[in-house]
Amino acid sequence: MFLASWIAAILAAAARFAKSHPERRAVNREGDGYMRLWLGRYSVKIAEPMSEGTIVYDRPAGEETRGSDGRELLSVTDLHVQFETSGGVVRAVEGLSLRVRRGEIVAVVGESGSGKSVTALSIMRLLPRHTARIPSGRIVFDGKSLLDLDDEGMREIRGRDVSMIFQEPMTSLNPILTIGLQITEPLQIHLGMDDGAARARAVELMRLVGIPDAERRLTQYPHQFSGGMRQRVMIAIGLACNPKLIIADEPTTALDVTIQAQILELMRDLSRRLDIALIIITHNLGIVARYADRVVVMYAARRVEEGPAEAIFHRPRHPYTMGLLRSVPRLDRPRGEKLETIEGLPPNLAHAPPGCRFAPRCPHAIAACVSEPPLVATDTGGLSACWRADEIAAGKIAWPAAGAAAPAVTPDRGAPLLAVRGLTKHFAVRSGLRGVRGLVRAVEDVSFDVHAGETVGLVGESGCGKTTVGRLILRLEDPTAGEVRLDGEDLVTASAAELTAMRRRVQVIFQDPYSSLNPRMTVGQIVGEPLSVYRIEPNAAAVRERVARLLGQVGLRPELAGRYPHQLSGGQRQRVGIARALAMEPRFIVCDEAVSALDVSIQGQIINLLEELQRSYDLAYLFIAHDLAVVRHIASRVVVMYLGRVMEIADRDAIYREPLHPYTRLLLDAAPVPDPTVEKARAPRLIQGELPSALAPPAGCVFHTRCPMADADCRAAVPALREVRPGHLAACIKV
Amino acid sequence: MTAEAAADADAPRRANPLLDFCRRQPLGAISFVVIATMMLAGIFSEQVSPYDPLNIDFASILAPPSGDHWFGTDAFGRDILSRIIHGARTALVIGFLSSFIGSTSGAVLGAASAYFGGRIDNAIQRVVDVLLAFPIIVLALVVVAVLGKGLVLGIDANLIVAIAIPIVPKVARVVRAAALSVRAMPYVDAARAAGYGNLRIICRHMAPNLVAPYLIMLTAYIAQAILLEASLSFLGLGVTEPTAAWGLMLSGNASDFFREAPWMILFPGLAISLAVFAFSLFGDALRDWLDPRFKT
Repeated sequence: MFLASWIAAILAAAARFAKSHPERRAVNREGDGYMRLWLGRYSVKIAEPMSEGTIVYDRPAGEETRGSDGRELLSVTDLHVQFETSGGVVRAVEGLSLRVRRGEIVAVVGESGSGKSVTALSIMRLLPRHTARIPSGRIVFDGKSLLDLDDEGMREIRGRDVSMIFQEPMTSLNPILTIGLQITEPLQIHLGMDDGAARARAVELMRLVGIPDAERRLTQYPHQFSGGMRQRVMIAIGLACNPKLIIADEPTTALDVTIQAQILELMRDLSRRLDIALIIITHNLGIVARYADRVVVMYAARRVEEGPAEAIFHRPRHPYTMGLLRSVPRLDRPRGEKLETIEGLPPNLAHAPPGCRFAPRCPHAIAACVSEPPLVATDTGGLSACWRADEIAAGKIAWPAAGAAAPAVTPDRGAPLLAVRGLTKHFAVRSGLRGVRGLVRAVEDVSFDVHAGETVGLVGESGCGKTTVGRLILRLEDPTAGEVRLDGEDLVTASAAELTAMRRRVQVIFQDPYSSLNPRMTVGQIVGEPLSVYRIEPNAAAVRERVARLLGQVGLRPELAGRYPHQLSGGQRQRVGIARALAMEPRFIVCDEAVSALDVSIQGQIINLLEELQRSYDLAYLFIAHDLAVVRHIASRVVVMYLGRVMEIADRDAIYREPLHPYTRLLLDAAPVPDPTVEKARAPRLIQGELPSALAPPAGCVFHTRCPMADADCRAAVPALREVRPGHLAACIKV
Repeated sequence: MTAEAAADADAPRRANPLLDFCRRQPLGAISFVVIATMMLAGIFSEQVSPYDPLNIDFASILAPPSGDHWFGTDAFGRDILSRIIHGARTALVIGFLSSFIGSTSGAVLGAASAYFGGRIDNAIQRVVDVLLAFPIIVLALVVVAVLGKGLVLGIDANLIVAIAIPIVPKVARVVRAAALSVRAMPYVDAARAAGYGNLRIICRHMAPNLVAPYLIMLTAYIAQAILLEASLSFLGLGVTEPTAAWGLMLSGNASDFFREAPWMILFPGLAISLAVFAFSLFGDALRDWLDPRFKT
């Protein structure tokens, strides 16, 4: 009796709970829409089905029409966001206003720390609770003021009306849940769908985002998907509840160029078809050019310019935008000798200077810039926060041209400094005690030369083996076969003592300036270590002096020697990495994606620094990168790799003007160009499919699975790298 | 943003490290005072304790805490406060030394295992597996039984080794896991590319980045060591009656009398908890203070 009344009370409470908290209900496993409480193997029905037959798969045509009617979906007004940190109050966003109409694609562009991601998180109300504050501002979405909603109300909007896509598809999916579960979850939580309906919708969504074999793939786990496919899954999850707005925070930054193009194409297409407004947050101007209707440029927590994409790119009305556009190395323009850059660093937002934030870096700053410029309408239909916007419009102010073009380096074509021959690296995939399950052919028969004082670019998608080639040359990995000759001496067979001697001549600069410096050592210790270990300098005082000189050479103040890496900005850290490499007085430096983690304006500074150092010290670089435009700027010869093999080797001009290998052509075609006119005129991207696994590379030419020219002959044999034209080698039987 | 904020501050190293530690880690300073007090009590126990810890007084058996016996007396009428003061020596020496020896050897093994990888890693980890498979008590028993007693300055050195050995495999595992991720950091690759020796890379580039897990394990195992010492004492292999030792006070005949005389276990228990708590806090504070990233 007592027990029975207890159970009844629990069930009543559970039913009430299930109704008031639909998102917390247990998953319905029966598929009939009834909510059940599971007690071991038995279940009790505790709530009525929540949504019989009311599931809307797609917004019915005509109910809500496209963005052309100009109805405002989201309006952010005078938003301020502050963070409490140990270094004081950081004003991450100041006075930002943003309007997004239905179905519109708005791009928010800015460097790291400009407040663009914080803006997105504020709209989603996902800012860290204890450190972030929104002292003023309004965010109105679809008539509701988001900042006034309680948590319950906000949860209903998140994922249902507004969804978010994050940068890292590798970490934003839960690795231990099936894809199916992760796609159906929001459907069941927000729309109260039962299992069957949610599953049907999931299959439909997977097809919508272009994932073949949807039914089977729903039962798979995230690790069975490639990066591009995972991002498609993220988009499918974002689309699940027919949102009105999707916020994509750097959606393609972690992806390869060829995949980037596919994903962006997909997002734009879906936005147009399903009338979804899209906010793309990015630092990549190339992306913005093709896909955005309107662009908002942010700098140091403020909106500095806004306008239609065409106007922003062709007639920028703020010096920062002008500088940003000019510091991007471009594929569609002749290569200048020196990259134009924006000198200096963005301000510290804990102690931001008064007035125009950009004034300290602006070549056109005037006396008026000490007071804050208002956002004023420009002649191009946008807004600009610059006192001299009118003068820019009148063509009186132009971005100053970069320094005089230095004479091009003409490397002597004698004996190469570094000769790589037949380099091969296989990684065994082991399982159990002794069993070798498979062989990853990371690098297969790679040969090329690097001459003294020259830069060779090594490009390819992620997983093509380019980083492994760098590591093999540095002898951080032992090659399976082949030789690496430095000045004629083989690094592969060198004894430990010979290797140590040779290591001083070959140095490395890594991609990530955050993890390539030991956090427990000061800058002075990092740069000075090789000087004392190799007795390059006789005593501590001489080491200190030399460190100061090295820091000066890479454009850092000598006082920085006492700082720890975490106290420096990304660009400064990368300069420390360069100084550390220079300390060994090397002749050859492997630059492994040395600028890809940096902001555009900083990237230009580092590239110019590398080029200057090359001229001063006759350094040779192996410049490993995925950004074709950067490689074109810095390299004199280019090696293109695909799935561990070399596809093409040629002089820079030849490869960019007349690429021979179909892979190179597709790669160049996929790279975005920061020019909306050029971009919009281009045909949609051709490259299809994904990179095959290096565990089981295709037989014959490894590229035949994605090649538009492939036929039976391509599958028959591995094409040899042959000299098609003088100095221009390609591994393709069709050219 | 915080990084840049810090970049505007002055150079991070302060002139007086002790003052700097007290200023930025007040909790650590308090715990250090507690540890120092215990150390002083251990060193000057003869001078500060009100009674002889071995003095049996049948007139006041199981006396509750009072003005004469602040912490009461035990089943033999011995003063508990005096025994706790004298016990501090055993506890600190055995607890700290065995935990330090065990954690340090474990950390070195773990770091070497992760750095060299391959066969060396495999060999070390299989030994660790074997050590982990033995229950701690059995392992310590075997060591004590094999080594016998080796008194150094009145403390059984072999007992310290016996307690340290079970700690080694556990710390080795944890530090190896941390070292594996440090090993994969580009700054370690950069050091290898610079041609530095293995010792330099492990000591200069990896070890400072393994301090956090090491300090946590070290402080956590001090408590374990004190308790393990008590268990061994109970089995007649560790410190034996009538020596004053916290663990022994908890595990000896206290278990027969704690209903009538709860102070017999309350105060030694508090002493152990306080010591452990102080060491943990101190370890945390030291870890944060040593980490340059917290110096903002």
